[in-house]
Amino acid sequence: MIRLKVNGVERSFDGDADMPLLWYLRDVLGLTGTKFGCGMSLCGACTVHKNGEAIRSCVTRLSAVQGAEVVTIEGLSSGNGLHPVQKAWVQINVPQCGYCQSGQIMQAVALLKTKKKPTDQDIDEAMSGNICRCGTYQRIRAAIKAAAEGRV
Amino acid sequence: MSTFENVSRRGFLKGMISGGAFVLGVQFLPRAVWAGAAGAGTSAEQAAFSPNLFVGIQADGTVHIVTHRSEMGTGIRTTLPLVLADELDADWKRVKIEQAIGDARYGSQNTDGSQSIREFFDVMRGAGATARAMLIQAASQTWGVPAAECESDLHVIVHRPSGRRLGYGELALAASKLPVPKKEELQFKPKSAWRYIGKDTTSYDLTDLCTGKAVFGQDARMEGMVYASIEHPPVLGGKVKSLDDKEALKVSGVRRTVLLDPFKPPHLFQPLGGVAVIADHTWAAFQGRSKLKVEWDDGANAAYNSDQYKKQLQETARKPGKTARNVGDVDAAFAQGGKIVEADYYVPHLAHASMEPPAAVAEFRDGKVTAWACTQNPQAVQAAVSQALGIPKEDVTCHVTLLGGGFGRKSKPDYVVEAAVLSKQVGKPVKVIWRREDDIKFDYYHAVAAMYMKAALDPAGRPTAWLQRSVFPPIGSTFAPNQTYGSGGELGMGWTDIPFDIANLRVENGPADAHVRIGWLRSVANIYHAFAVQSFVDELAHAAKRDPLEYQLDLIGKPRTVDLKEARYPNYGGSPESYPVDLGRLRRVTEMAAEKAGWGKRKPGKGWGMGIAAHRSFLAYVATVVEVEVSDKGEVRIPRVETVVDAGLVVNPDNVRAQFEGAAVFGTSIARTGEITATNGRIDQSNFYDYPVARMKEAPFKTNVHIVDSSAPPGGVGEPGVPPFVPALCNAIFAATGNRVRELPLTRAKLGVSGK
Repeated sequence: MIRLKVNGVERSFDGDADMPLLWYLRDVLGLTGTKFGCGMSLCGACTVHKNGEAIRSCVTRLSAVQGAEVVTIEGLSSGNGLHPVQKAWVQINVPQCGYCQSGQIMQAVALLKTKKKPTDQDIDEAMSGNICRCGTYQRIRAAIKAAAEGRV
Repeated sequence: MSTFENVSRRGFLKGMISGGAFVLGVQFLPRAVWAGAAGAGTSAEQAAFSPNLFVGIQADGTVHIVTHRSEMGTGIRTTLPLVLADELDADWKRVKIEQAIGDARYGSQNTDGSQSIREFFDVMRGAGATARAMLIQAASQTWGVPAAECESDLHVIVHRPSGRRLGYGELALAASKLPVPKKEELQFKPKSAWRYIGKDTTSYDLTDLCTGKAVFGQDARMEGMVYASIEHPPVLGGKVKSLDDKEALKVSGVRRTVLLDPFKPPHLFQPLGGVAVIADHTWAAFQGRSKLKVEWDDGANAAYNSDQYKKQLQETARKPGKTARNVGDVDAAFAQGGKIVEADYYVPHLAHASMEPPAAVAEFRDGKVTAWACTQNPQAVQAAVSQALGIPKEDVTCHVTLLGGGFGRKSKPDYVVEAAVLSKQVGKPVKVIWRREDDIKFDYYHAVAAMYMKAALDPAGRPTAWLQRSVFPPIGSTFAPNQTYGSGGELGMGWTDIPFDIANLRVENGPADAHVRIGWLRSVANIYHAFAVQSFVDELAHAAKRDPLEYQLDLIGKPRTVDLKEARYPNYGGSPESYPVDLGRLRRVTEMAAEKAGWGKRKPGKGWGMGIAAHRSFLAYVATVVEVEVSDKGEVRIPRVETVVDAGLVVNPDNVRAQFEGAAVFGTSIARTGEITATNGRIDQSNFYDYPVARMKEAPFKTNVHIVDSSAPPGGVGEPGVPPFVPALCNAIFAATGNRVRELPLTRAKLGVSGK
């Protein structure tokens, strides 16, 4: 039996412990904000937080999140409003198709936890695992800076 | 389908009286239009005012606007309703957008060709003006005053002499009882009164996209659905020879397997066939699929090897082909001598690789199909499902989710047909999920192309003769067997419409067989044609020892329009009167891009350079300057891109800027690493490790987009940013390093700074 917390809610699952967290979130819990992009940890669309750190849920087996606290895009903001990083995304008008943006936002939030004022190089390094095929990178960079500087 | 807020769209159309959209004659729909659409406590019958297929107003003042085109990131789902809302003088905050199901009454819903605004701007404006006229009429009758004394003022009709006001919601019922004004009686707002057109408006879905609430095809669910993952024949046209599914069926959660029939040629939008694994959830379906043992009968395409094929294309490009356009006498001009320059260019097959792999859920019940899909063309879904299941098109209801990218791939509904066919076999709704590997290996690929260019230069370095020949497996091969020559549409993308002022010019096309499914990808044939033409211009400039910008402007020549009637130029469906090939506009964007970039201010070389390219496509004029830094090892960095676009009237400028920022990244992916190859008919690539696309650190650091203020009718914006980017980048690499890129992707080129 796998026990974990997802967005603050205790969950248990007695199915296949090898199932990647992504499919548990999407198919079992119906939390479809976390996206399937590659299944190989190559694109970052499935990024969620495990105990506050960004992980790729498509390659994270449920057995690896036993007892962990998982936060998805749906649980990022604790109140009714938006998380400051989400606010920055809205302010800069980042998304085009938007499919990768849940993962981008989760990755950016994790970056800003460790680097309060990230440099361009920090942003490149932290964000280059997250692909955006529409090409919103320069707006992502601008939104991260806006959030870091409290301009939201 | 309780997960979808927009489930009501079905109710919306249900109440529609059959007939045309506004363009075909406005329909008056007095009752029950909003059944299902009305919010709690609101009686639909009270407030049904819907002057045509695109707009309705409820008693509470909510304006519902239908978007019939698909949202894949271009913002069209917001931008078209914005046009209607502006003409209706509606308060954007009180507008609700409804996504249309597939229905021929909307006109074309195939969201491609960068044509939504140019095809539907007038339609949406007309719909808004119609509704506004009827609201004014309703108010004037209520007050017993002449209509001429009434006017709209943001969601309210005002009687100016008395100052009386009635809201749109209050007038909806009365308006619904009025005759619909004739199209020629409509009065449009003057441009100066536009509230939204020409100003930045963010996406209707922006917050949902940032909070994970937005629903894409991969997210669509139906009650009681099962999941399917499909093992397709690895070679196009292959069939299952034998199947052993014993191990697959042992996987917990796997219910059964289903054999899918191969397509009957031509493949069109038919599924590829293969073996589907049906399971309780996606992971079980994937696991089961990995345990299938399938033997394939590959068929004739197993002989396809892209290395060999490439040589074949290149040889064909060196032989005389079919003439698509001829000016003067090229052969005679070449015979007179001058400096001869020749070059061969090559662009491989490309995959779309949108972030969301194809997905759909469909239910077959009582002889009818309901589907939810990330599709660019719900009408194509209706046609293809109808064909596959032998049911009338009208019995196929296709709801359109948001698309996690499309780029042309999702105009082809093979994956939706798979879901419908499987649902009929399984007796439940079936969700088909393509993996990334399926997406890369079973795409409708952008055609590989080989181009041969030849010019003779006079003593000033100006071409006296110009010959160009392209060879590529045509899109037509997807629709009819044995199609080997490009269509007028493909050749009309940067080839027959080469705009230069050259006395002797011949444009040719050679034949090529297709061995994979050929489709269209963002900007289509413009990708390879613009690469060849705009690289060759740069080559000629250097051969003539002239500045590439000055040379480009010399070839464009004086502002004028080009007559391409003889070349039967399709002009992207635009009339030559409204949308002439206007070299003044091409010239202007070129000059502006150079100015914005500071062209000529810094000496190129030693690993730094700028390149320029200009191209008209989809009725828009774009010039791009790319600045590059190339390291000794040949690593390319793109610190800055300056792009100038003249797309005529622009509805939503920030959206347009976003499209061109994105086009620079898309172009970077094509140039750097875009390459699909095949061995024994099997596609070699499978995921982002062997089909890489540009990541943040590889993408242009800053792309500045400049929009020309233009009163010309609207052109396209989704695609035209891509074609000039790639040659501008490669021309910049030449300026920086002296290395000419004639073959993509750059991973195949040696880019180290020359002399080092």
